[in-house]
Amino acid sequence: MSSKTKDKKMTGNSGFDPTRRSFLAAMATAAGVTLAPGVVLYGISRSSSANAAVSSEVRWGMLIDLGRCDNGCDDCVSACAKENGLRGFGRPETDAQWIRKVDIKNPETGYSKSLPVMCQHCENPPCVDVCPTGASFKRADGIVLVNKHTCIGCRYCMMACPYKARSFVHETLEDQKPHAPRGKGTVESCTLCVHRIDSDRQPACVEACSDTGGGAMLFGDLNDPESEISKRVANYASQQIRADLGLNPGVRYRNL
Amino acid sequence: MNWRHICITLLAVMLIGIGSPGAVVFAEEGNAVGNSLLPFIPMGRGNACVEDTDFMRRNHMELLKHQRDETVLEGTRSDQYSLTECLDCHAVAGPDANPVTFADSSHFCRACHDFASVSIDCFQCHASRPESGALPDDHQFSGAFPGTTRVKGSE
Repeated sequence: MSSKTKDKKMTGNSGFDPTRRSFLAAMATAAGVTLAPGVVLYGISRSSSANAAVSSEVRWGMLIDLGRCDNGCDDCVSACAKENGLRGFGRPETDAQWIRKVDIKNPETGYSKSLPVMCQHCENPPCVDVCPTGASFKRADGIVLVNKHTCIGCRYCMMACPYKARSFVHETLEDQKPHAPRGKGTVESCTLCVHRIDSDRQPACVEACSDTGGGAMLFGDLNDPESEISKRVANYASQQIRADLGLNPGVRYRNL
Repeated sequence: MNWRHICITLLAVMLIGIGSPGAVVFAEEGNAVGNSLLPFIPMGRGNACVEDTDFMRRNHMELLKHQRDETVLEGTRSDQYSLTECLDCHAVAGPDANPVTFADSSHFCRACHDFASVSIDCFQCHASRPESGALPDDHQFSGAFPGTTRVKGSE
């Protein structure tokens, strides 16, 4: 490769590469396969591909059916810890937890339930509002993340989150998972297994729930009217936790 | 020239005379695979890197920074300039045949960064070795400089 080409590549403003963009556009067009005159299948338009930027046409969400979630089961919690390399230091107050089982009880009737709670991936996330560096951000497809390269560990987002979904890393970490970088001095939370989603897989908790749990968790695109999650949300009553705050979480619950 | 200058010059000549043989011996002992004072750089898997070696030496940090922003903010996960891919090819086997971490001075990144006295923060958060335990059999290491060839298991 000549040095001229290299320079061109390096100085491109924040890496916009017209050749690649046009190639991707061509690929997207080519993916619309004509089956018969008038019948066209668009395969790529909604699915994420490893090389394409995420699009706001998709809004990832989760529906958790508490009727099928057993009080004593924590397969989702352990699957999350395994997938993302979360390890405790024997200090439950400060150990990182991306998903946890919360016990609720109605004092009048005595009815109790344990529900999995993680980052609710709000449409209007308060953690993003308060972040002083812009590290807390919402991806185009609705996933709320921390950019740890810019996080200064101030923990404002932890104060702002009404779901207590975020953790601060207090300890020096070793042997992190290659797909889940995490380190001391930054805030973290459920990423909805963004590395899996980017390669068209389901989050680890959802997979574990359907494999060994009760199959209570359903993951999908809330913007796609044909997706299973959209159909269920449309046909059955579901709730958001603290819906009164108007944050419009992407995680919804049934039979709460 | 006064006496002071003469003394300093003599002292300097003596120090150089004493220091030089010592430095050569140290280089030979410290670097068993060659007499070069340059850092020993373990060569990665495969025939070629994603760019020319000279280009990578000067610009790898820019490529990584650029790719990191695209991946975190936009979800673009191209393999080409990803840190994970770097580490997959440039993993260095330790005595137990497992890839070493950044804590080990034979780690690929440390070979140059120690030499250039540049400290990097990448591995405070990122994994510094591939997740899958032992390296594949075809993973060979050889020096990047002539005369420093080393093959896995030959030492």
